Amino acid sequence: MPIRPFPPLDLTHGRVEMAHGAGGRAMAHLIQQVFVTALGGEALAAGDDFARVTVPPGRLVMSTDGHVVTPRVFPGGDIGSLAVHGTVNDVAMSGARVLHLTAGFIVEEGFPLAELVAIAESMGRAAREAGVGIVAGDTKVVERGGCDGVFITTAGVGVLTDDRLDIAGDLARPGDVLLLSGTVGDHGIAILSKREGLAFETPILSDSAALNGLVAAMVAAVPEIRVLRDPTRGGVAATLNEIADQSGVGMLVREAAVPVRPAVRGACELLGLDPLTVANEGKLIAICPPDRAEALLTVMQAHPLGRDAAIIGAVLADPDRVVQLETALGGRRVIDWLAGEQLPRIC
Amino acid sequence: MKYLDDYRDPALARGLARAIAAEVRPDRTYRLMEFCGGHTHAIVNQGLAHLLPDAVRLIHGPGCPVCVLPVGRLDMALALVRDHPEVILCTYGDMMRVPASGGETLQKARAAGADVRMVYSTLDALALARAHPDRPVVFLAIGFETTTPPTALLLTQARDAGLPNLSVFCNHVLTPPAIGAILGGAGEAKPLDGIIGPAHVSTVIGSEAYRAGAARFGVPVVIAGFEPLDILRAVLMLIRQINDGRAEVETEYTRAVRPDGNPKARALMEEVFILRASFEWRGLGALPDSALAIRDDFAAWDAERRFAMPPLTGRENPACECGSVLMGALDPRDCRLFGRGCTPERPQGACMVSAEGACAAAWTQGPSPSHAHAARSREDA
Repeated sequence: MPIRPFPPLDLTHGRVEMAHGAGGRAMAHLIQQVFVTALGGEALAAGDDFARVTVPPGRLVMSTDGHVVTPRVFPGGDIGSLAVHGTVNDVAMSGARVLHLTAGFIVEEGFPLAELVAIAESMGRAAREAGVGIVAGDTKVVERGGCDGVFITTAGVGVLTDDRLDIAGDLARPGDVLLLSGTVGDHGIAILSKREGLAFETPILSDSAALNGLVAAMVAAVPEIRVLRDPTRGGVAATLNEIADQSGVGMLVREAAVPVRPAVRGACELLGLDPLTVANEGKLIAICPPDRAEALLTVMQAHPLGRDAAIIGAVLADPDRVVQLETALGGRRVIDWLAGEQLPRIC
Repeated sequence: MKYLDDYRDPALARGLARAIAAEVRPDRTYRLMEFCGGHTHAIVNQGLAHLLPDAVRLIHGPGCPVCVLPVGRLDMALALVRDHPEVILCTYGDMMRVPASGGETLQKARAAGADVRMVYSTLDALALARAHPDRPVVFLAIGFETTTPPTALLLTQARDAGLPNLSVFCNHVLTPPAIGAILGGAGEAKPLDGIIGPAHVSTVIGSEAYRAGAARFGVPVVIAGFEPLDILRAVLMLIRQINDGRAEVETEYTRAVRPDGNPKARALMEEVFILRASFEWRGLGALPDSALAIRDDFAAWDAERRFAMPPLTGRENPACECGSVLMGALDPRDCRLFGRGCTPERPQGACMVSAEGACAAAWTQGPSPSHAHAARSREDA
């Protein structure tokens, strides 16, 4: 609890100054009035440099993720909610229950306090919705031009209490089934539409979402799941190639089975992009043994974030680890990694 | 969206594939070149080669804008940003990764501090020039007759708005001379049996533009749209012509291509550009009357004149066989570099850079997946 009251910052018109990161009274004001207020929680309010939390017995899972997205506010989310979802999802892909996050802010001198408050409030909301606490934080201010507005790094911890769970990228086996939790490409196209000033008849919203609830339902019903991964940068194409490399297997994906929103498909056509290489922030790929695939699909489709889930293909024995696509017309091609830069700073 | 679905109907595609198989004569092969990179991309992306009988060989042509740009021209752009750090150089995305002499790229130049930006259209270049009135903005213009009218429009917009800081480094090239070079380059032997003519280029220049070449070399041309059913229908039309011994120009893409093309766009090109006496193409060598320069009326917006850019002759990776690949004379997989250090991720030659390039297409395609597998394994080793 704060020991003395803080004089209020001008959160409407004020701007971040170098003093707000210098360790003095000004920094304490900023932390208290912006971050503690928006993010809440006892651990943060305690004012220590650490958070002490009680963790249930099990295997600890940790992850960290930096966020530099531009624009900071995009259709369907903002850098604050994305910073929560990104790390929650990374931890959740182990099958673990996600417990706590920490957040580090690098803020550019002159950044509007009102926008910082909005970002912090968005983070607080996203964390509460995901059922995780933000328990520790750090703020640095860099001189004007030293960064672009605000960069946010979050770290997360979770715990695996179910000993049966063994989920990792090198565990895919020939014969296993590939499942995808919903439509692909929404996040990347939402960012692109905002950045390039493209107007679509139906606005395309980012799919940014915390997937820990969906994962909890999946692992409870099908603990035999072998691989979970969220196809963010590089899209489904990169994620499947990563898993194929780690597991030493090939894959065959049926194009007709991959859900793509008509508006995203149209935008990709227009821009010459392959939806499979476009980023997602609220989707996951699951790989499980064939006899459990239907059960897993049913559980996924019963969850709001897995409504459009589909079985999209299978794992093959292939020492060359090639990921192939059976096109809608019945042809074949290789799904390769995205080469070069499609769109920088999408997350 | 209906548009996309209708032209990609799997049942109709299978029907066309059956018709093609029925039309193919057992005693011969059909070597068909899709000139345009847009077709190459569509063929690979949809896996169309797998739907065709073995006797029909699709050969990827040189119609990939970044592929045919000689290394020397890219060296000139790199020299420009090196010698003039105040310049903002903007260009289409694929150009960023094309290797110039010594493996230099615009992407590397940017990392080293040059202000190089990727744009989606000439309008972006115009906006950049307006947003930075105190800095010279140079648009590195590449491409065939499809991207030429937008560049022409940019130049007239710059003139009309009196924009002093915008200029264009013009590298626009023309399709019919390149087709002529490929068909005439092999001496007596006929290198190809038919050509799938470009879609968007033909909407600008019209189908008449190919008539002389088809007649002279005795090779049929069918202008096709970019959708899978367009391409399959064009293959069928070509095979029928070949079987009949005809060498005509036919248009499958009738919904967009007229015999005289787009007169407005042609007039705009005529106003702004003039034929270069000769221009060096990667792979095809120096071709007369095959490229465009900016007319004297627009000299103030011509980057080559404004910055007195000296012509450079580039040095390609000597093992790179992009030249033979562009002529359709070498299968990309038979290049010594294919998969051995040259992949879409680390391209050594331009044909591996763009999704429209023959080598990148072969890497993604098969048709003999074993070929691609072997290359992949080599790459990892």
